[in-house]
Amino acid sequence: MALRNMKSLLVAACSLFILFLSNPAKAQHTPENGTAEANHQQPHGEQKEADFNPGDVIMEHIMDNHDFHFADVNGHPISLPLPVILYSPQKGFTAFMSSKFEHGHAAYQGYKLEHGVIHAVKEDGSVDETVHVYDFSITRNVTQMLLSLIVLVVLLLGVAKKYKQQGAKKAPSGFQNAVEPVIIFIRDEVGKSNLGHKYEKYMPYLLTVFFFILIGNIFGLIPGSANVTGNIAFTAVLGTISFVAILISTNKHFWAHVFNFPGVPVPVKIILLFVELLGIFTKPFALIIRLFANMVAGHMIITCLVMMIFIFSKLSIGAGIGFAPVSMAFTVFIYIIEVLVAFIQAFIFTNLTAVFIAQAFEGEHEHAEAHHH
Amino acid sequence: MSLLNILLDGSISNAGAAIGAGLATIGAGIGIGQIGKGAVESIARQPEAANDIRSGMILTAAFVEGVALFAVIAAVLAIFIK
Repeated sequence: MALRNMKSLLVAACSLFILFLSNPAKAQHTPENGTAEANHQQPHGEQKEADFNPGDVIMEHIMDNHDFHFADVNGHPISLPLPVILYSPQKGFTAFMSSKFEHGHAAYQGYKLEHGVIHAVKEDGSVDETVHVYDFSITRNVTQMLLSLIVLVVLLLGVAKKYKQQGAKKAPSGFQNAVEPVIIFIRDEVGKSNLGHKYEKYMPYLLTVFFFILIGNIFGLIPGSANVTGNIAFTAVLGTISFVAILISTNKHFWAHVFNFPGVPVPVKIILLFVELLGIFTKPFALIIRLFANMVAGHMIITCLVMMIFIFSKLSIGAGIGFAPVSMAFTVFIYIIEVLVAFIQAFIFTNLTAVFIAQAFEGEHEHAEAHHH
Repeated sequence: MSLLNILLDGSISNAGAAIGAGLATIGAGIGIGQIGKGAVESIARQPEAANDIRSGMILTAAFVEGVALFAVIAAVLAIFIK
């Protein structure tokens, strides 16, 4: 009953979202620099062809944007504009839809969008250095994160409600069947085997971070979506939260090992002090960089392989057409690997967080064998 | 063109980035190959431990790949930060 309400709530939320935020870009003067991805017909002038820059297209796919840009047809971009919310100490709050920027060709209310960054401009169009702009827009990444959040909460709370109603003795049904083995896997392989008898305290965080990263990764694989988990800010926040979780679970033995490593002469103790202090920071830093780099590398490879078709067709149309099947084969192959990597990276992040938390509160036993690095 | 001109026009940074990324891939290939070799040999010795060995192999492979991707990030930074 509650799940039905939640389902209708989700339907209502999605329809409102689509209803109010789908203003396709009206016909406008064609952009001078052709970041056109779908040049279906023969290019009429050398201008468009010569300005095709694969590096820009790849960067546009990977970085954050103020609209969902799906394709370019005949020079007209097909995109979904998103709200732009700006705060400037000099100008105050401003909010408008990003379609007013006309893909970076128009300035609006004294702001101009240039390569994904919003600057304040004077009347003649040059950048106004004295006005600081803080960009709080609902960008592509924010929208996709909110969508992942809604999906995460609805799906998992729905499953939890089912357990509350039916109890744990009844066999799982429906979506529970898909989620239950995953949760049990995380609880046993990641929680119990690393954290021992204290695993229950950390299971909420580990499960949340696993499913959030997994849903973010999977959504990022859909063509046209935003690259959320391949954003260093996103992974940095997740890594910082893990860092806080690790620090909270440290105990006296951990800090004793850091500051006063047992069983070594004093000069080595001083060296190890710096090494251990650095080690506290490198572990979450590696978590951040690992997730970020894996996701960005995957997206870049897929985009590059597709761009290769256009690069080859610049040489000659025949080369482009001939290379297209090869490129498509490679792209499908890499796509399958990326789905695998999506699951693996979510699992690795969760597992390593659990391992580092376990390292933080271990040490109540004698370090008989040298197991420290 | 003088050596300074050649160094300053950015082509050396692109070349260095590409060579660095390639070297990192060699390292990742060797590392993950060794992990696979160790895992397969251990499973051959003791098939009932296959599940533990497999999960350890995937975990360690992710570590090694993470290190190689550090180098990719450094290469991307070398290209795009002038």
